[in-house]
Amino acid sequence: MIPEIGHFALALALALALVQAVVGMVGAQRADARLMAATPALAAGLLVTIAAAFACLVWAYVANDTTVLNVVQNSHSAKPLLYKISGAWGNHEGSMLLWVLILALCGGAVAAFGTNLPSALQARVLAVLALVALGFLGFILGTSNPFQRIWPPPLDGQGLNPVLQDPGLAFHPPLLYLGYVGFAVTYAFAVAALIEGRVDAAWGRWVRPWALAAWSFLTLGIALGSWWAYYELGWGGYWFWDPVENASLMPWLAGCALLHSAIVVEKREALKTWTVFLALLAFGMSLLGTFLVRSGVLNSVHAFANDPARGTVILILLTLYIGGGFLLFAWRAQAMLPTGVFTPISREGALVLNNLLLCSIAAVVLVGTLYPMFADLVLGEKFSVGPPFFNTAILPLAVPLVGAMALGPVLSWKRARLFPALQRLWWAALAGLGALALCLALEGQRIGPALGFGAAAWTILAAMADIADRIALFSRPRAAWARAKGLPRAAWGGALAHAGLGVMILGLAGMGLATDTLRLVRPGESVALAGLDYRLVSLADAPGPNFSARRATVEVRDGSRLVTTLMPERRSFPLARMTTTEAAIHTTWLSDLYVVLGEEREGGAVLRIHNNPLAPWIWLGGAIMALGGGLSLSDRRMRVSAPAVRPVKAGARA
Amino acid sequence: MSEAVPSPTRSPWRRRGLLLAPVAVAGLAGAGFYAMLRGLGTGRYDPRGVPSALIGKPAPDFTLPPLEGADRPGLAAADLKTGRPVLVNFFASWCVPCVIEHPQLMRMAREGVPIFGIAYKDKPEDSLRFLKQHGTPYARLGTDQPGRVAIDWGLYGVPETYLIDGAGIIRWRMAGPVTEEILADQLTPLLRRGA
Repeated sequence: MIPEIGHFALALALALALVQAVVGMVGAQRADARLMAATPALAAGLLVTIAAAFACLVWAYVANDTTVLNVVQNSHSAKPLLYKISGAWGNHEGSMLLWVLILALCGGAVAAFGTNLPSALQARVLAVLALVALGFLGFILGTSNPFQRIWPPPLDGQGLNPVLQDPGLAFHPPLLYLGYVGFAVTYAFAVAALIEGRVDAAWGRWVRPWALAAWSFLTLGIALGSWWAYYELGWGGYWFWDPVENASLMPWLAGCALLHSAIVVEKREALKTWTVFLALLAFGMSLLGTFLVRSGVLNSVHAFANDPARGTVILILLTLYIGGGFLLFAWRAQAMLPTGVFTPISREGALVLNNLLLCSIAAVVLVGTLYPMFADLVLGEKFSVGPPFFNTAILPLAVPLVGAMALGPVLSWKRARLFPALQRLWWAALAGLGALALCLALEGQRIGPALGFGAAAWTILAAMADIADRIALFSRPRAAWARAKGLPRAAWGGALAHAGLGVMILGLAGMGLATDTLRLVRPGESVALAGLDYRLVSLADAPGPNFSARRATVEVRDGSRLVTTLMPERRSFPLARMTTTEAAIHTTWLSDLYVVLGEEREGGAVLRIHNNPLAPWIWLGGAIMALGGGLSLSDRRMRVSAPAVRPVKAGARA
Repeated sequence: MSEAVPSPTRSPWRRRGLLLAPVAVAGLAGAGFYAMLRGLGTGRYDPRGVPSALIGKPAPDFTLPPLEGADRPGLAAADLKTGRPVLVNFFASWCVPCVIEHPQLMRMAREGVPIFGIAYKDKPEDSLRFLKQHGTPYARLGTDQPGRVAIDWGLYGVPETYLIDGAGIIRWRMAGPVTEEILADQLTPLLRRGA
């Protein structure tokens, strides 16, 4: 009964989305106040119906209702409760439902918090969001119904892929979707602006919090996914340039450019066309990722069980939303004229540079991801584009990006002079060069890590210098506290996010110096790596709730001092007929000691031991970046009403 | 209303061209994706496929014993040089997709295409039961219980089918079941051309 209610709620949501789209568009077009006032209420209705459907699916999972095909395929009664719940979105159908739920949440937020928006803009934004929801609800109901029944019901489910039974992965998809779908809101704002033919400072002020929120969630989601790959997959790596990872990186890069260029629109009314384009692009990249993962056109460890029929429907949706958005852009963006002028050396100029570099990196990632697929299609040749390409192509773009990133915040708007700005950052630059030279001296000719350490020192210290300068820490230290309290949170958030990237680069540079060894070890024998002694004490069986495990006990000693005891496991899940490796990791914050248990033979076991310097700082850096975004988001200016909308100067009325 | 005055520094056509560029790029990518999806259905586009290093090379040398009780001779590399195209099909009774492709093999055998089978890592009695149940399309049948010959062929999994031309050169390989579509779109044209 409850699955039928969920199915019915989905159908109802489809109808509501259709009504919301039509009422919003028509109401805004005719300037009909009653119709426009109805759209927020409809958005609330859409949220309630989709939430009801989602609750029904979660109920089916928690109750282990084996008459529901989706539950049978992805769950099992012996699974811990957390994974029963997260199993609801650990598969294609459920994750699509989560996707539209988050879309509806965003619509609800625009309806609830957007009361200070001009009603025509709000109605149009909600109408566009409803159009997106309409397409994806149709997709779910048509090709991926999560409430499909199965009769007769099997005794129990087939279990969730054991690799996915992990707390990190339980929250990875929701965070990613919050990011992807958040860009649907900026997309809706861009489309509404194109229809109205007007982009002004107020528009920039409304778009920026959405871009910022989406970007922060995406940052967290990607960092969590990377962390999960690091500790769960047991390969010792954190980023593999896998097409699906790239698919999440591209909207992140576009969104990063968007949130910076939206600042220019808000403060200086320049870069309008470009900002609208980035808003379309960020959502386009999110949808492209959805298509790549779910249609089966690429070969990846991440890909969902796929089906070309689904791929066709997603491609149609992609054509409608991205193609439609870009067509509207080609047709209407002519009308948008910049009003603010600026010289190349200025805050605006630095932000333009940031945009160009971020978009170039996104283009590199896009080409590297799509090229093998198109080469296969057109030339019939198989090859893969791997880390060497991405690393060599991105490094020359990342170096100026990081260099300019620290400089931008200390430049003034409109017109700035480079020399005084550099003067304020001299000690950060000095420290950066010092770190680079030190690393080259200690580690030899390893330019990658050395550049990384230099860049990290430069970025972190420049962010500190920027804050110190703004609160006049050195020139008037007595007033510094009062000034620090008065400094807008957006400034703190920006500096924190920039420093977070510096921390991440620090971790990446450290991982550039990682060492590992693979050795067959018998109990009692030991392996030396990076000054530490790893001794295999014993090998034993260890039962688990829905798996059986082999566990190695490894003592790590520094000379005679016991640093830690690591217990890597190899788990085998009889139900899924899969084995997973559970790497044992001990972090000293300066380094991760990482041991993986391999196969056993000749009375011993193969141990793979990694020494990963500074590894945890990669994900901590990501978390700091997201925190900076959140801090910036809590700025008072983001919440209080935007400046009054100025009369239209030059713009075609739609 | 056309009040939109283009900025004086740039020609309106260049601006229009720039604004149209995203649609054009997205359109091209979309067309490519459409072709990939079509190709997925017909088997012309397969992201998971691994190219065989053996295409264009002679089949590796081997000799396999016959399957006891199947009433078919065994298979050796010399048997492949018949002067006309032949198929070599690796199969196993424990393999589900093999059941899916079996009707296609049976039809080709009835149409006179010589098909040589290799039972891969399978107990003889299980192979026999499989063939008794589904029919025997093979003109010759070898058993590769240790799977050693399969290694020389670079077997990816079962079922896997190779097309060998009259001179004993491997021309085509399908890792996975030969479905109706693959038979119609790829194999039949190749066989007609005489590989």
